[in-house]
Amino acid sequence: MSATTVNAPAVALPPTSTFLQRFCRNRTAMVAAIILLAIILIAIFAPYIAPHDPARSSLRAILKPPSGTYWFGSDDLGRDVASRLIFASRLSLVASLQAVAIALVIGMPLGLIAGYVGGWVDTIISRCNDALMSFPALILAVVIVGLMGPSLTNAMTAIGLVYAPRIMRVVRGSTLSVREEVYVRAARATGCSDARIIIRHVLPNVTGPLVVQATVLMGQALLAEAGLSFLGLGTQPPEASWGAMLGTAFPYMAQSPVPTIAAGVVISVTVLCFNLIGDGIRDSVGRMRRSGD
Amino acid sequence: MNALRYLAKRAVSTVPMLLLVGLITFLLIHITPGDPASVVAGENASDAAIEDARRRLGLDKPFLVQFWTWLVAVLHGELGTSFTSGKPVTDLILDRMPTTLSLTAGATLIGLLIAVPLGVFAATQRGSWLDRITIFGTSLGIAAPEFFIGLLLVLVVALQLGWLPATGYIPFSEDPMEWALRLVLPSITLGLGVAAELARQVRGAMIDVLSRDYIQTARAKGLSTASIIIKHGLKNAAIPVVTVLGLQIRRLLGGTVIVEQIFAMNGVGSLAVRAVFLRDLPVLLGVALTTAVIVLLINLIVDMSYGYFDPKVRAG
Repeated sequence: MSATTVNAPAVALPPTSTFLQRFCRNRTAMVAAIILLAIILIAIFAPYIAPHDPARSSLRAILKPPSGTYWFGSDDLGRDVASRLIFASRLSLVASLQAVAIALVIGMPLGLIAGYVGGWVDTIISRCNDALMSFPALILAVVIVGLMGPSLTNAMTAIGLVYAPRIMRVVRGSTLSVREEVYVRAARATGCSDARIIIRHVLPNVTGPLVVQATVLMGQALLAEAGLSFLGLGTQPPEASWGAMLGTAFPYMAQSPVPTIAAGVVISVTVLCFNLIGDGIRDSVGRMRRSGD
Repeated sequence: MNALRYLAKRAVSTVPMLLLVGLITFLLIHITPGDPASVVAGENASDAAIEDARRRLGLDKPFLVQFWTWLVAVLHGELGTSFTSGKPVTDLILDRMPTTLSLTAGATLIGLLIAVPLGVFAATQRGSWLDRITIFGTSLGIAAPEFFIGLLLVLVVALQLGWLPATGYIPFSEDPMEWALRLVLPSITLGLGVAAELARQVRGAMIDVLSRDYIQTARAKGLSTASIIIKHGLKNAAIPVVTVLGLQIRRLLGGTVIVEQIFAMNGVGSLAVRAVFLRDLPVLLGVALTTAVIVLLINLIVDMSYGYFDPKVRAG
């Protein structure tokens, strides 16, 4: 789902070259994009990069401080923290992608329908959306995981459900503004069906804000996954995500602070990258220039 | 008169939202995989016990009847009985609410104490190094997970320096001094993210306000910068800031789940986390409903405060 929306902007964004040029001129966003790309490459090539087997524990290397062998020290079971962080990037990134995909699958059609159809349909969808957004995201996610049982898939489904209203709100807003554009009215006048108008004319024009929101949500989902896994409600051992690593390193923080700090920094940097790239895209897509700063 | 009508209208509009929040909470029971009755009856329950649970929950009745029965009970303050402790869920939540609300209030205070001065300075010195540090720092504050900041604080302030107690919560009625001391680290942990978000908002709102004509007029009248910022700037910048603060309450309540866990505080959030592991459904649903209602009520108060900050709202 997310792949199709990401591929669509050929029509949505201004001609690709200008958008890319503008994005490339934004130094902060470019640096963030390069760092994120590096993290993704590390995740893909994890087996070649990791210096040790992330699952192998050694009784002689329990809670060792950082060294040439163990870059970020070793954990309470004598496993190499650096290698585990490298492998955990796979789980963390894929999990966030999963959550955002679920949010898109649910939120996008609802937003398009609410914005395009309007009237009581819009009222009902929007009110339910507002009500759902009244629940604190993390508490709702904890409750949903509680009902479905703790596992990474359930955690990411919960986060996807919790974030769907945000996607819906953005898509509805953009759809509302596109609905009355001349080309949509022209399409209607030439007898296009509503479904065709939504897919061919409305959808491409809401992808800009949608991509921005989805990028920022990737960071938010990563944070939420980290939070739930930290609480033991997401990733289950022996699998490890960054949040789960933070959770397991926490009790030993007084003896060995580096693993905790390393996991925390990796999460923060990745989320920051997603946020900065989101800002960069928003500023580069002509129509939605930010005002104020 | 207009002001009263505005307040009444806003208050009435909250009622359907409360009903919807109730409906969503009620519907949550049905996302439980399998038969809710057998989950409620607990593991290894006999068929008779499951049937009993089904009757007790009213699951054998039509949906609307189920919802109505549940709603009436909730309106009487009955959120069901925890099936691990056997205590009423309402009592469990009320017992822990002071902890969570103290933490939320502490975090809000920290957020405001950091964000308002920082945002105002950044806005008045736009483009300066202070402004740039603020923008960068707030980006980092928004991106860093609450619990990471909390863990670092525990590590440095409590474990290394030994300045503040690391964990635990003491009720205000027992020892006000200890209550405050033990709230410092958790409040900073929870409040930094909000401070970052708010500081950006204060900065943006102040930049907007300071460019208005009436600020030029005030300057021309010879008012000092401080009094321009306080009398004209802050009050006019308050609306967007208060709006964001209202939205942040939701995030704060969500964040308490993790912060309470780190600092070993027995609040509503840690109640929910424990309920997940014990599969205590009534407690989970009770926590979801209570926190959502708190969010709705706080946003009602926020909207009502617009009337104070902006007379145009009252008139319109």
